[in-house]
This record gives sequence, structure tokens and C-alpha cells, in this order.
Amino acid sequence: MYSWDFGMLWQYRGIIVSGVITTVLFTAVVVITGLLVGVLVGLGRVSSNRTLCGVLRGYVEVFRCTPVLVQLIWFYYALPVLLGIELSPWMAAALALTLYGGAFYSEIVRGGIVSIDAGQTEAGQAIGMTRWQVMRRLILPQAFRRMTPPLVSQSIMQLKNTSLLSVLAVPDLVYQGQLIAHDTYRPLEIYTLVAVLYFIILFPATVVAKRLELHQIKA
Amino acid sequence: MSKPIMISVRGLKKSFGDQTVLRDINLEIAKGEVVALIGPSGSGKSTLLRCLNLLAAPNHGVIKIGGECFDFDQTVPEKLSDRTMARFRAQTGMVFQHFNLFPHMTVVQNVMEGPVTVLRRPKAHAHAQAMKLLAQVGLAEKAEMYPEKLSGGQKQRVAIARALAMDPEVMLFDEATSALDPELVGEVLNVIKQLAERGMTMILVTHEIAFAREVADKVIFMRDGVVVEAGPPAQVIDAPTQAATQAFLARVHKIAA
Repeated sequence: MYSWDFGMLWQYRGIIVSGVITTVLFTAVVVITGLLVGVLVGLGRVSSNRTLCGVLRGYVEVFRCTPVLVQLIWFYYALPVLLGIELSPWMAAALALTLYGGAFYSEIVRGGIVSIDAGQTEAGQAIGMTRWQVMRRLILPQAFRRMTPPLVSQSIMQLKNTSLLSVLAVPDLVYQGQLIAHDTYRPLEIYTLVAVLYFIILFPATVVAKRLELHQIKA
Repeated sequence: MSKPIMISVRGLKKSFGDQTVLRDINLEIAKGEVVALIGPSGSGKSTLLRCLNLLAAPNHGVIKIGGECFDFDQTVPEKLSDRTMARFRAQTGMVFQHFNLFPHMTVVQNVMEGPVTVLRRPKAHAHAQAMKLLAQVGLAEKAEMYPEKLSGGQKQRVAIARALAMDPEVMLFDEATSALDPELVGEVLNVIKQLAERGMTMILVTHEIAFAREVADKVIFMRDGVVVEAGPPAQVIDAPTQAATQAFLARVHKIAA
């Protein structure tokens, strides 16, 4: 019978906390940049410019149909060679996760926009609105309400995806856990703690997402 | 007719793909005139209305409304800028079968939206005007409600107020009472009648033949994308000369009876 000893983890509290902070901050950054990309790409995909739509669709499919772990590795090892630049693990990871998240966010944004009844566009145009005014005043405010729950879910996925950063030696929660495991030969305790910490961060977020969804159904 | 011409349509043609919906439409409508467009489904009435404010882009023909004129024999609709079309549309008010109110805005915000966003009027000014229009359609006390709380008839009256807020030269009604419960049709028709009495130029696509006879100065019967018969209601509705008109009216009367 394995005898658990969580007490020995106390001495590593500083490393664990720094891992949590890295994970949370990194998620915050890639959620924001991913949303920016997602909104722009989503808008682009409902534009009438066919070339633009095609290019953006290509981007979305490439990032949706390859594993995010492969993307992380590719951005760190392959892209710098192709472009002849040097990317820090942070930069490569931020770039990969931004573009990965952006691809999924853009599908949510596009779906939200096309789900709004065409009658809204016609009503807006009938009172003399331009296409952009229709988008800004009528479509987007209604679409964003519908998009919020899936955007929150996708952001939760983003946080979980940051656990892959450890392969590029970015010191996130998982990476710090690995360090401690190597140091103590106590992987059970540390990986259990890591899992619990992820849960503590994410569970409230899923509760919020659920609330938003219920709110949506009522509205 | 001595009154100035408000709407003039010449040689209007519209097709969707290889399906021709409007073949060769010619119309002249004087300022203050009320025109009822009647005809069977698929006759092109709604498409004609939508061509008049460019929600559907005509393939050929000339459309003149008020001071603005578009010649689609010379211009391709795709070449028209968004802004040009928006300005043109702003001078015609349109009321839809399914209301199309903005669900994320209150009733009064719905009415203010055009003046504030398109005409860039100050909010206070637009609010005062919106309240006056809501009073005119009998809904001042619903100003702060959201559309979902309203009945179909109330929604449609808000939609009329929203269109009127742009001070349009012309009002277009696309089957404005077709989606309403029978007991709510009257309240909307009353508002339309008031507008007619105030001298608003209007085109109504309608299935309410009795109402058309009552308020319209001119009735146009369409079938298969052409105007079959046009004239005062006493002529087109009560004594139609064309077989198609007679057949259509006989069917409508049978349903009504």
C-alpha cells in the first residue's frame, strides 16, 4: 500500500505558485489575443470578399485539423528555421496557442453572426443603415449574447491547452510539477496536486459558463 | 393627374438565377397616392416592393423615388456603393411581414435607432420624436418594454413608428398584416388608414382586399411578374376586365365568404 506524503510538497510551494501564476497569466494572454484574432477572422469570413474568405477558411481548417501539441512543436522548431528568426519558447507557444484559439473562436463568432435572422439585416438596411452599421448596431450585439457561453467554454479549453507548454520548457504548472517529481521521486503526490489545482481554477469557470448558458435559454 | 410624381418605375426586370420574377414593370405613383398591390403568391408583388428600396437589386429598368434616380440599364447594382444605397433606402420606410424589430433594444430605442445612427440626430431630439410617433400608433406606454413582451399587432405598430422616424417620402408595406392573428389585424390597418388620411404616399402589398378597396386610390393586380390590370379599386376590384383578375378575386371572395 502506497503511503501518501503531501507534507513534503510544502517546501516547493514557491515553485508551485509560480507555475499557477504562469499558467493563469499565459492563458489570459492567449485568450485575449485569440479572441482578437477570432473576432477579426470571424468577421472576415462573413464578408463578401471571396478571396479573403478562402484564405481565412484555409487558416481555420489548418489549425482545427492538426493537434495543438504538433503546432506548438512546429512553431518552436520549424518556424524559426523557415523564417530565419529566433523564437523564445514563450513567443512560439503564445503564437501557436493564439492562432489555435483564434481558429476555434472565429468559428464561434462566424456561427453567432450567421445565426442572426436575415430580417434584422433587412430591417436595418431599410432604415438606411450601411452594412457596417447593421453589423455594429444590430448583428454583433445580438450575436455576442449567443456567443458568450461557447466562447467561455473555448477559453476553458485554452487554459487546459497551456499544460502542453511544458514540452517547450515554459515553466507552467505542469512543467513545475515535472521538476518537483524529478527532484522528489514523488510523482503521485505532485501530479495529484497539479490536477487538483487545475480543477480549482477551472471548476468555477465551468459554473459561470453553465450560468451563462441557462441565462441564454431564458433570454 | 396634376399632383407631382413621387415614384416612377420604367422597364423594371428582376430575376433570381434563371427564374424571372419581374418581367417588365412600369408604374407611376403620385405624391400622396395609396397603391395596393394584389395578386397570387409568386406573382412578384413582394419582389417589386423590395426592388423599390433596393433590398433586392433590379437587373434592368429605371427607378425614381423623390429626387433620387437609379438607372439599372446603365449601372450594375453591385457597382453601387453601400452608402449610396443606404441613402436611397433612408427615404423610403419599409414594414415587413414578420416585423423584424430589434430584440435587443426597447421599443423606444427601436424607433430612435434610425434617426440616431443614420441621421446622427441628438438622442434627446430622437427620443422626443420617437415618443410622439409611439403616441401616434397608440403605444406610448410601451416605450420602455422589449419587443418580446408585445403582441403581433403591437410589434407591427412599433415597426411602423420605426419606419416613420426616418421621415420617409414613401412607406412600403410588405404583407404587414399577414402574420397577425385575425383579431389584431384591425389595429394595424387603422394606423395605415391614419397615414393615408395624412397624405403619406404608400404602397401596400396585401391580401386584405376589402381594406385595399377602402383605402387605396389605385389597385394593381400582378401575376407572373407583370402588371395585369391597374386602376381605381372600383374598377379593378369590383369590375375587373382581365380573366386572371376575375379568377383571383373569385378565389379570394370564396375564402372570405
